[in-house]
Amino acid sequence: MSLVTRAPGPVVIDIENITKDYVMGEETVRALRGVSLQIRRNEYLAVMGPSGSGKSTLMNMLGCLDTPTSGRYNFNGRNVADMDDDELAAIRNREIGFVFQTFNLLPRATSLRNVELPLIYAGIDPETREERATQALIDVGLGDRIHHKPNELSGGQRQRVAIARALVNNPSIILADEPTGNLDSKTGEEIMALLEDLYQRGNTIILVTHERDIAAHARRTIHLRDGLIEMDHAGFIPELDAVIAAS
Amino acid sequence: MKRFLYELEESWKIATAQMRSNLTRSTLTALGVIIGIVAVTLMGTAIAGISVGFDKSMSVLGDDVLYVTQWPWKPVDDWWNYRDRKRIQTEYAEKINRIIAATPNSNLVVAVSTSSLMRSIKYGGNAVDNVFTLGTTSEFTLTSTINCKEGRFFNEIESREGAQVVVIGYDVADALFPSESPIDKSLLINGQLFKVIGVNARQGTFLGLFSWDSMVAVPLTAFNKYFSAKSASDVRANGAKGESDVRVKVKDKKRLAEAKSELTGILRRVRGLAPEQKDDFSINEQQAFKSTLDPVKNTIAVAGLFITGLSLFVGAIGIMNITFVSVKERTKEIGTRKALGARRRTILMQFLIESTALCLLGGFIGLVLAYFLCFGIGKAFPSFPIQFSFGLVVASMVVSVLTGLISGFAPAWTASRLDPVAALRYE
Repeated sequence: MSLVTRAPGPVVIDIENITKDYVMGEETVRALRGVSLQIRRNEYLAVMGPSGSGKSTLMNMLGCLDTPTSGRYNFNGRNVADMDDDELAAIRNREIGFVFQTFNLLPRATSLRNVELPLIYAGIDPETREERATQALIDVGLGDRIHHKPNELSGGQRQRVAIARALVNNPSIILADEPTGNLDSKTGEEIMALLEDLYQRGNTIILVTHERDIAAHARRTIHLRDGLIEMDHAGFIPELDAVIAAS
Repeated sequence: MKRFLYELEESWKIATAQMRSNLTRSTLTALGVIIGIVAVTLMGTAIAGISVGFDKSMSVLGDDVLYVTQWPWKPVDDWWNYRDRKRIQTEYAEKINRIIAATPNSNLVVAVSTSSLMRSIKYGGNAVDNVFTLGTTSEFTLTSTINCKEGRFFNEIESREGAQVVVIGYDVADALFPSESPIDKSLLINGQLFKVIGVNARQGTFLGLFSWDSMVAVPLTAFNKYFSAKSASDVRANGAKGESDVRVKVKDKKRLAEAKSELTGILRRVRGLAPEQKDDFSINEQQAFKSTLDPVKNTIAVAGLFITGLSLFVGAIGIMNITFVSVKERTKEIGTRKALGARRRTILMQFLIESTALCLLGGFIGLVLAYFLCFGIGKAFPSFPIQFSFGLVVASMVVSVLTGLISGFAPAWTASRLDPVAALRYE
């Protein structure tokens, strides 16, 4: 695979020593124990790690779905660690495009309406909304599926709708959580090709996965273990990854 | 503001889609509200109907007429003080009228005597017992609105000469003359022939209150001549000359109090009371009657609305329940929406609109049902005054919306407070 790596831009995400504790009954689970990380515009980053490594917690932090127990988190220069629910919602709406493993489309809404949703929450007028949502669907290759409902689409097409929805508000990052987890490998490859295409078009992509084949598409990989970054390296190093998988 | 409108529109779309896809569930839940709204609306029409019925009955009395009677129009505890009062004589009217005529700037217009007895009336093979038979003079039309459907009220000459003519109420006419016009027919009252000269228009009866429908009116002179009580039992039931009172029309109903004191003075003169003696008569007005009936009316209204309100409350609990279920079912959707940038109040509004839409639907169906029920009741019991008003439509819609908002609030609040991470992970 010939991979063109784009030159990274300014820092989008700047995390310094964040921790996250969950209180579960009597016990306190320390999901993140002090993670520092910088992500720049035009990066294609994979976050890997076994279950329980803090991968999901880190993703929730990066996606502004949750706030850290301690530490600093700057998103485009704004401190989001102390933001309240509604401010976080605004950041998620404008700066982050989510792609989920289970697609998370509204079952009774057409592709168009699903893609329009972030634009509604952004307060964009109906004409612009339709125009931009249609364009986003065309961009992911679903120009002929605009008025279809999720149950009339294949798994891959559903994930494309979800990706269009993530793209439509021109976010700073696209956060994909196991985007191919519910797809067969061929369809998964198609989705990965789409993400590659988006990356080449100037998007910043963060991929959360436990599959090495999928992580191999990224230009930088982070390995988490027990709530700490174990390794942060450019590119994909099969040998290294094999060692990690074996350990 | 704009964003709010877009979110509102979006919420409305979701709500309608949600109702359509859960049709059975929505219908069953709405049924609670439908029943509640039907109950409350019917109670509302009944209360309005009772109110109109009272007012209609009251209007027979006239709001500018004073009634001189032996007994006051209110419950009395010391009945023995009233029992032995001198009776009100039919001759008083003439005396009062003379005094009115001699008084410059009198507040009174005219006095009219009436006497009444219960009498049997016959025509051909048809007979009606215990008809309220009123003896009065032609001036009666000045104190009371007489609305003749056919014919006319008796005139001054007939009144003075005691002509054997009668004006009959709608129900009496209906009972005696089911298939012909009563005008110029002669009927028997207490064995005396009276010619029908007028039939009153239908007034409607309510709770046995005054109504012209079941009365007949004859000239007082004829009444006195033919209808004095004959037997001892008749005297006991009706008094020797029946129940008499004097009605006095007031010039200006805004100055009722002055008119009342003027009339009191006149009556004391007529009755020949010494200054130290207490009044031995009662002067009544419509208002006094109203003030004894109003608490009854209000009690019916409060109790009725409370009881029917309970059924609406049960409906509201159903809505609350189903909204909780809906929130639970769609936890993941709520998580997704939050991830896409929905704020707390967006989610709050979405579920409030869902519960409100359900209540509005229920309210609307309930209102339509109530309308047809009212229509049916009106057809089946024409005497019951049903009032289905525009105000009632607005009120029940407002009640539906409020029910939706109140019952939806707790679940919607729960939804808006959901942690997005936990909601997204919910299966």
